[in-house]
Amino acid sequence: MTTHNLKHALFCAIVTVVIAYPILGLDLVAQGTQIGLEGATPTTIISIFLAAGIVFLFQLFRDNIMGNLGKLPKLNPLSGREPMPAEKRAKVEAWVLTGIIVLALFWPFVVSRGAVDLATLVLIYIMLALGLNVVVGLAGLLDLGYVAFYAVGAYTFALLYQYFGFTFWMALPIGALLAATFGMVLGFPVLRLRGDYLAIVTLGFGEIIRILLNNWTAVTGGPNGIGGIPDPTLFGMEFGRRVKEEGNTSFHETFGIAYSGEHKVIFLYLIALVLAVITALVIRRLMRMPVGRAWEALREDEIAARSLGLSRTAVKLSAFTIGAFFAGFAGTVFASKQGFISPESFVFLESAIILAIVVLGGMGSQIGVILAAVAVTILPELAREFSDFRMLVFGAAMVLMMVWRPQGLMPMRRIPIALKRQE
Amino acid sequence: MQDLLYFSQQLVNGLTIGSTYALIAIGYTMVYGIIGMINFAHGEIYMIGAYTALIAITGLATLGIAWLPVILLVALICAVIVSSSMGWAVERVAYRPVRGRHRLIPLISAIGMSIFLQNYVHLAQGSRNIGFPALIDGGFRFGAPESFQLSLSYMQITIFITTLVCMTLLSLFISRSRIGRACRAVSQDLGMANLLGIDTNRIISATFVIGASLAAVAGLLLGMYYGSVDPLFGFIAGLKAFTAAVLGGIGSIPGAMLGGLILGVSESMTSGYLSGEYKDVVSFSLLILILLFKPTGLLGKPEVEKI
Amino acid sequence: MLEVQDLSMRFGGLLAVDGVSLDVQNHEIVSVIGPNGAGKTTVFNCVSGFYKPTGGKILFEGKEVQGKPDYKISRLGMVRTFQHVRLFGQMSVVENLLVAQHRHLNTNLLSGLLKTPDYRSREKRSLDKAAYWLERVGLLELANREAGNLAYGQQRRLEIARCMVTEPKLLMLDEPAAGLNPAETNDLNQLIMSLKEDYNVSVLLIEHDMSLVMDISDRITVINQGRPLASGTPDDVRQNDDVIKAYLGEA
Repeated sequence: MTTHNLKHALFCAIVTVVIAYPILGLDLVAQGTQIGLEGATPTTIISIFLAAGIVFLFQLFRDNIMGNLGKLPKLNPLSGREPMPAEKRAKVEAWVLTGIIVLALFWPFVVSRGAVDLATLVLIYIMLALGLNVVVGLAGLLDLGYVAFYAVGAYTFALLYQYFGFTFWMALPIGALLAATFGMVLGFPVLRLRGDYLAIVTLGFGEIIRILLNNWTAVTGGPNGIGGIPDPTLFGMEFGRRVKEEGNTSFHETFGIAYSGEHKVIFLYLIALVLAVITALVIRRLMRMPVGRAWEALREDEIAARSLGLSRTAVKLSAFTIGAFFAGFAGTVFASKQGFISPESFVFLESAIILAIVVLGGMGSQIGVILAAVAVTILPELAREFSDFRMLVFGAAMVLMMVWRPQGLMPMRRIPIALKRQE
Repeated sequence: MQDLLYFSQQLVNGLTIGSTYALIAIGYTMVYGIIGMINFAHGEIYMIGAYTALIAITGLATLGIAWLPVILLVALICAVIVSSSMGWAVERVAYRPVRGRHRLIPLISAIGMSIFLQNYVHLAQGSRNIGFPALIDGGFRFGAPESFQLSLSYMQITIFITTLVCMTLLSLFISRSRIGRACRAVSQDLGMANLLGIDTNRIISATFVIGASLAAVAGLLLGMYYGSVDPLFGFIAGLKAFTAAVLGGIGSIPGAMLGGLILGVSESMTSGYLSGEYKDVVSFSLLILILLFKPTGLLGKPEVEKI
Repeated sequence: MLEVQDLSMRFGGLLAVDGVSLDVQNHEIVSVIGPNGAGKTTVFNCVSGFYKPTGGKILFEGKEVQGKPDYKISRLGMVRTFQHVRLFGQMSVVENLLVAQHRHLNTNLLSGLLKTPDYRSREKRSLDKAAYWLERVGLLELANREAGNLAYGQQRRLEIARCMVTEPKLLMLDEPAAGLNPAETNDLNQLIMSLKEDYNVSVLLIEHDMSLVMDISDRITVINQGRPLASGTPDDVRQNDDVIKAYLGEA
């Protein structure tokens, strides 16, 4: 190795210590009314220098290491096999999907309430991610304010219930349509903006919505939010122990079974499941329609798309509107699930998480996005002890994915189309 | 007279905060001018600068050093060193490997870096905000004691002067020094600069380091001005600074200054005459309006799309 | 069909195009030639609506279209290719052709979701047309390959097929032979002639390859430094002193 390499490695190691030691190694602690400095534990200091050492060695031997990594045998045992022919693949997929859905329908009755609750949250994130997938993955529009449409869906239900007594089923379509309208409204100003600017403006939009919700206390309850949001009913049957609304009957009384808190949790889960499946199927259909192809064309090359007669306005607006619509679905379910909503749930970090799901899953690929949504929602629960590190790992994972595998875990694959030879 | 004093107060406050936005905005505008991407993590670099300054100040206090100029100088140097190193590292780790790919990728990498840094500091130093000693106290007061008094604090004057000095130094550096010339060359045509033998990677790193240093200065100043730091305050400051950069014309350094001042004054006017809660709404609305009607900003050059 | 009168395009201090006039009749191939940087692509961009010209008039089938946006001009029947091939790289070859037929399809969301008969018949027609043109340019076997994975020559042919699928009246080709070897250029030659003869499409062509230009053009316009230099049949232009002086010393 050359001296240049050595100098560079040394430099990197020093930088590592510089960025790690002050922040990690010296803790600011409150001592009475003053601030004092506390040296860090020996473990921390040792780990810092260890890290610096690793960086040093890595930089020194970088070419060797990267070369050897490339020579590693492929980890995927299936990668050598021939891809399945199209029709067989479609059939296998259909069977697998049906199987999963059947499983999903019956599973909640045999597991704990907490698990079902978590699953409902997963389904909400699946809806959100599929919706954002339309905007970011298919149309290539970097929307960082998606959470605003989610909030619109949730607050629509909450407000409609609070002021007009609307039920879940009445609020669902209204919430989705209102969210879609907001999507269109957001779409107009960003029509001519390029990627990065679009991102910032949508972020600003999301923040504006959140600030308005937080400060318009008279209507939205401000930081305290709105509570008492009801659960969905089944043909007028409520799932609580006692009936809240006049004229409704109670589920457990009608069927003569003992009341259990599980009923309403399972019912909401089933509704979320149905809505998520609808979302996935509708979007899947749209992807094969002219509108979906137009989205992808816009993403690939806007100028070429325009040269073929595609109206940038119409395509972008349709992407925003439809994406927002499904966020409205998710918002309504979320409001019902929590029973209470506040602006706290709709911060930029949520948008970032949903974006991360879309990116990690593979932009455009519905299956990839669904898997990523499951992973992102469930993994933190499984590693409860590490929950402090959750966001740290999350940020690092985003960077890592972009550097290592930007096409996502399951990159989108083209749908093969059979063509007949023309005589 | 009262009204004039009140208005002037908002103006003074606005120019103060605007100057600090300008310092942070320079980082955004230089990076965008050179590699065409938004350094989402820049706000966090500023926040880390503030934390480092506080750590240095606290450290010196523990050692019993009390002479103000020394404290400020040491804090400044420490903050600049750590922030620059962080900026350099962020570029090497999160941006260089993905340079040139489809534009969503560096942006998402940047967002990931931003989240990572916020939580890094959060875990290391705790999430609640920590008090920053107001080392520069006192100021001038104008107007009768019974009614509204315009206050112009020494801290505010310090901020003005520091920002002015930094801007001047930076302009001189960009226009006179070799690295500065190289920066301008790279920002105009990366490919050509490469062919001319300029080590573009080093220039890009230099840009990040310069931006980070200025952000560190802003961190020290604002830490003293506001009196506290917390891991999340870099995010919103970064957003405002980016708005300022776009307002003035992204890629233009005088634009960043102008944009910063305009944004600062708008915010403080909103705060003073409407409500403090809505000043963020005003900032974002300004951003949206500028991007709608003059996307190249006030001092930016109109861009022609090459077909 | 197309009439460009006294077109000018100014970018700040630079006058890229200054008083260029040309016209394309029905059933005709017109070439625009000139040294590099002469402003030919700028003319194209003005005519196709990507730039708003700062002066002059552009008439398509008698109606003024200067300043109209690009997608509207495309819908009137003027389609173009680009100097650097612009395909939808991650979409398959056939999807590229389907997207191009967007305005012939039923874009109503409900119709698509419910698969109405009108929707289905239009989709089928567009598939058939796509298959036809893929076969015509010899890319049918690659129908499901990602467009970005094609060889350069194949990409060029796909771009032309994509234009033809929109049933245009005027086809504008920006340096279609760039980067092609002599055999491919010959095929391109035949293809463009056939487009004129068999499909009644007029062609406006920017090109540097003189053999192609001289072979297939009905008329040629020469531009130098944004200003018109000469215009006429290939023979006229070949013998024009100014043109020869400007650059026609090369083969």
